[in-house]
Amino acid sequence: MSKIQIGILAVQGDVTENFLATMASMSELGIDGTVVQVKTIEQISELDGLIIPGGESTVIGQMSLVNGGLKKIKEKIESGMPVFGICAGMIFLSKNSKDKVVGKVEQPLLDVLDVKIERNSFGRQKDSFEANISMEPIGISSFNGVFIRAPSVSETGSDVEILAKFNEKIVAVKQGNIFATAFHPELTRDISLHKSFVKLVDNLN
Amino acid sequence: MIPLSGDIPDSKGAICGKIDSNSVVRGTSTLKRGFAHMLKNGVVMDVTNVEQAQIAEEAGAVSVMVLDKLPSDVRKAGGVARTASIRIIEEIMDNVTIPVMAKCRIGHMYEANVLDETNVDMIDESEVLTPADEYHHIWKWDFTTPFVNGARSLGEALRRVEEGAAMIRTKGEPGTGNVAEAIYHIKKVNEELRTIKSMYDSDDKQELVKMAREFKVSYDLVEETAKIGRLPVVNFAAGGIATPADAAYLMSLGCDGIFVGSGIFKAEDAQERARAVVLATTFWEEPDKVKEAQKMIDERQSLLGLDVKNLDLKMQERGSTV
Repeated sequence: MSKIQIGILAVQGDVTENFLATMASMSELGIDGTVVQVKTIEQISELDGLIIPGGESTVIGQMSLVNGGLKKIKEKIESGMPVFGICAGMIFLSKNSKDKVVGKVEQPLLDVLDVKIERNSFGRQKDSFEANISMEPIGISSFNGVFIRAPSVSETGSDVEILAKFNEKIVAVKQGNIFATAFHPELTRDISLHKSFVKLVDNLN
Repeated sequence: MIPLSGDIPDSKGAICGKIDSNSVVRGTSTLKRGFAHMLKNGVVMDVTNVEQAQIAEEAGAVSVMVLDKLPSDVRKAGGVARTASIRIIEEIMDNVTIPVMAKCRIGHMYEANVLDETNVDMIDESEVLTPADEYHHIWKWDFTTPFVNGARSLGEALRRVEEGAAMIRTKGEPGTGNVAEAIYHIKKVNEELRTIKSMYDSDDKQELVKMAREFKVSYDLVEETAKIGRLPVVNFAAGGIATPADAAYLMSLGCDGIFVGSGIFKAEDAQERARAVVLATTFWEEPDKVKEAQKMIDERQSLLGLDVKNLDLKMQERGSTV
């Protein structure tokens, strides 16, 4: 089995936090692999898995468009590379997004995850919250969900599995090898979600 | 990794609440500092109206900061600079999807309360406005909304963190278009961080205690900072940034992101320049991309700029020294 390589898209947002959570997951699982911060097409081409971190989806999208990263990421995901999108990353993966207050905004999206997103779904920063989340379908019964100006999924396509809901809103989904959460596991000490992702990448390799 | 802990016991800003029947907690250090983490590697742009805010959003700004006047106009106008009109802040909040910040005067609890009630995403307790209290900064732990504060040295930064700031910006001299002070202050903070890190690494507790006395903050905070060798919260550069190369240079000095004030909307090529500064901040490690960004702007259209030595008003020095 070859050494796996997982990338953290390092355009904007909390890259380091995901980098460290992924490193910790690999070492805890005893998996031989590397974690790299990626930005360019060449770096993205090398990957076995990609994490798109939290940040501002408009910025991550626009800047990924500039250097051709967006097209390369889309190509890799369509050919089966596992990807994990967090908050802004979830929005970036989606096919359609709309802001709760402002409405439809033109922003570059990867259009690989068959969901519609409501941005800033729980309100502004003052409404940001921590709450307990359950993700039974992947065997995580309790997880501290950190929601920061978080989006939610307002509609799902037929291939999309719902992993978690909070207050009737969909906050975690899976479609094939695509994982997405509206909350930030990288801001907690709990690496169970990152571990599931690393395992998925490792199993496919 | 930047620790997200560091709350004080019973901070009034952290509140238990409910969304329908589900229990939630708001205003924790994780949420306040975490918000700043989401801005990393981004550019926050000063704006005074909806039109500028939309230009900033389209250019790729990670957030906008609402002021009544841009810093260079504050400098020209003189008089007392106060928080921006609430109606304008709300109008901007209704028209952009990115986070909206606003400034309040140093020490002005009730301007901060008003901004907190307005639901801005972050409050900047800023020396660009006229200080309302020369002896105290705001006790920021009492707020659910996160705060950012300016600092010229490690001691100043840690004093603000101890008062509850969720983010720091190393100060430059606002409204000058002159990046020299911003460069000086981040280098100074970096040097001080290296000093305390080496004390920690050589287990010299006595020297760390002396640093805590000098900084006028608790020993625990100095030790935590020394251990990680960086500020315990996200740190952006601010003040005097006018070009893509300015922004890229500050990123290379270890800043987590950039605040641009007058540099963009006081230039004659604001739209192009906004985009160019974002590109240079994102791709600061790639010299060819920074050059492309720099090529997008015209130096003849830059904010003219001021020599910091001849200023009547040094905004960076305003506010309490403890």
